[in-house]
Amino acid sequence: MTAVSADQRQQLAYVATQAADARLNVEIETEGMTLNIGPQHPATHGTLRLVARLDGEQVVEAEPIMGYMHRGYEKLAEVRTYPQVTTLINRIDWLGSFANEVPFILAAEKLMEVEAPPRAQWIRTVLFELSRIANITLFLGDMAVQLGALTPVFMAFRDREFVLNQIEAATGGRFHPNFDRIGGLKDDLPQGWIDDTKQAMEKMRDFCDEFEELVLGNEIFQARSRGIGIVPAEVGLAYGLSGANIRASGVDWDLRRDGHEALAYDQVDWKVWTHPDGDSFARYWVRLQETREATHIVDQLLDGLPSGPIMAKVPRIIKVPAGEAYAATENPLGEMGYYVVSKGDLVPFRVKIRSASFSNISITPWLLKGVYVPDIITILASLYFILGDIDR
Amino acid sequence: MTQLSSTEVENDAAETGPQSDERREAWAAQLAEALGDGFAEHHIIPGSDLWVRVNRESWTDAATAARDQLDCQFFDWLSAIDWLPSPYGRDMDAQEDNPEPKAADPMEQGHAGGETRFQMVMRLYSISEHMGITIKADLPDDDLSIDTLISAFPGANWHEREAWEMFGIHFNGHPDLRNIYLPGAFEGNPLRKDFPLLARRVKPWPGIVDVELFPGEEGP
Repeated sequence: MTAVSADQRQQLAYVATQAADARLNVEIETEGMTLNIGPQHPATHGTLRLVARLDGEQVVEAEPIMGYMHRGYEKLAEVRTYPQVTTLINRIDWLGSFANEVPFILAAEKLMEVEAPPRAQWIRTVLFELSRIANITLFLGDMAVQLGALTPVFMAFRDREFVLNQIEAATGGRFHPNFDRIGGLKDDLPQGWIDDTKQAMEKMRDFCDEFEELVLGNEIFQARSRGIGIVPAEVGLAYGLSGANIRASGVDWDLRRDGHEALAYDQVDWKVWTHPDGDSFARYWVRLQETREATHIVDQLLDGLPSGPIMAKVPRIIKVPAGEAYAATENPLGEMGYYVVSKGDLVPFRVKIRSASFSNISITPWLLKGVYVPDIITILASLYFILGDIDR
Repeated sequence: MTQLSSTEVENDAAETGPQSDERREAWAAQLAEALGDGFAEHHIIPGSDLWVRVNRESWTDAATAARDQLDCQFFDWLSAIDWLPSPYGRDMDAQEDNPEPKAADPMEQGHAGGETRFQMVMRLYSISEHMGITIKADLPDDDLSIDTLISAFPGANWHEREAWEMFGIHFNGHPDLRNIYLPGAFEGNPLRKDFPLLARRVKPWPGIVDVELFPGEEGP
């Protein structure tokens, strides 16, 4: 290293002060950056694409881009007979398929003025809750993995099998049961199913207890989810948020209790869980409690299962009388409903599918404004959407 | 209420009163008063549902009135119905391959009536009353446009974008009418009844309803 003369040192000091002044006087400007997330990103559960304009680490504007999985079910339903439509709509929310079928069948039953016999209603409710458990179990593992905890998702996939096995044993399909019929169900329950299901529910309760400690009790999880993505109740309602997302904002509303559909929820003793905070943590907390509550609902329903037929008397070729009906149920993701317009044909004239995720995710442009980049993932994960349920 | 036995069915019917529905009547009356001439018609299925049809100009007012006076704070959904009978026959499952348009059936609107081919439908729900309402509005064929609901319910934004691309209905005042599902270059409005489902036109559908009848059973 060469020695620096006094002159040079003076010169360097001068340059340094000039530079420091310049830094102070000039306002620092960062150029806006556009961050593209997806369509193939683990946080997008399929193919949601999110374009976020950033200022530094903060989101100025976020725009979800959908349609990569649009299958046009509303158009396709217009050329399928009523029993054929259930095959399609199984694939809307593919993790809780049976729950998709129920509101459509209920809407058709409303139009036909048919009601399923009590045993069918009870079994429907049992399977409905089983698909809720199977669906939300995956959420419980998935949100944790997106916040950096790898283990829970494997446990979720492992324990979900207990429930899927029961769904498969009863319906023949793990993911797409296609089991619900206008006027009842395809089959009765197989022998020994009730005991097996009760054992599975026992295991799912253990799973919930474990997750309460493992995930909710985790400091990192809390730090990354508490106070992140707060949805005030009135904003959530105006955006059409439903299900656990709105209950986590303190709204005590559950269509299982408050809807008037022909399901057996009013025959058992259970509780609607709400949380006042409205943040990502609250949404996870509510879903965890709901999963445990669902196991209790299933247990009680199985204890009191009435005997009798599983099909009401309906014609073999189903023609639905002209009219309009809307039926909605509390699906794992939130309110799912079908507005069915019939002209008295074999096929529906128009089916409007109200899917929960579409409305739940429509709040993201509002909610993501001003959050930091890592929180995008937290918020998307905690709102919990299934792409098939958005794109339909 | 789940109905467990035949006796309970009768009791239920007696309790709720199958012929009248005071709460829904009251809602309809309240809306009629709030909207004045803008209120066209209503239809009630007792114990089940309420339909209200309003004029196109009162569309936003109806949403605001339902929100403020009926406490319908929950924006459920918004869409449209194309009442044109399908020109490809009533049933595309028909076994004969019939690409020629048939003579159309007369157009018949559903509950709460209507005069036009396109009708807007929105559904709002009251968390406190646990009751929903379906509001409709007629759109004249020569001017398929209606005011946006975004000021009353920001959640209407995406629903209106969907109705725009699927039915070609323009929403006055909507800030961002872009395709939501379809690619940008897509031509046509798929949920209109005169938009053919090409998959059905080029290949026969394997799921044609073909049920062998029992002796003495009547066909469809």
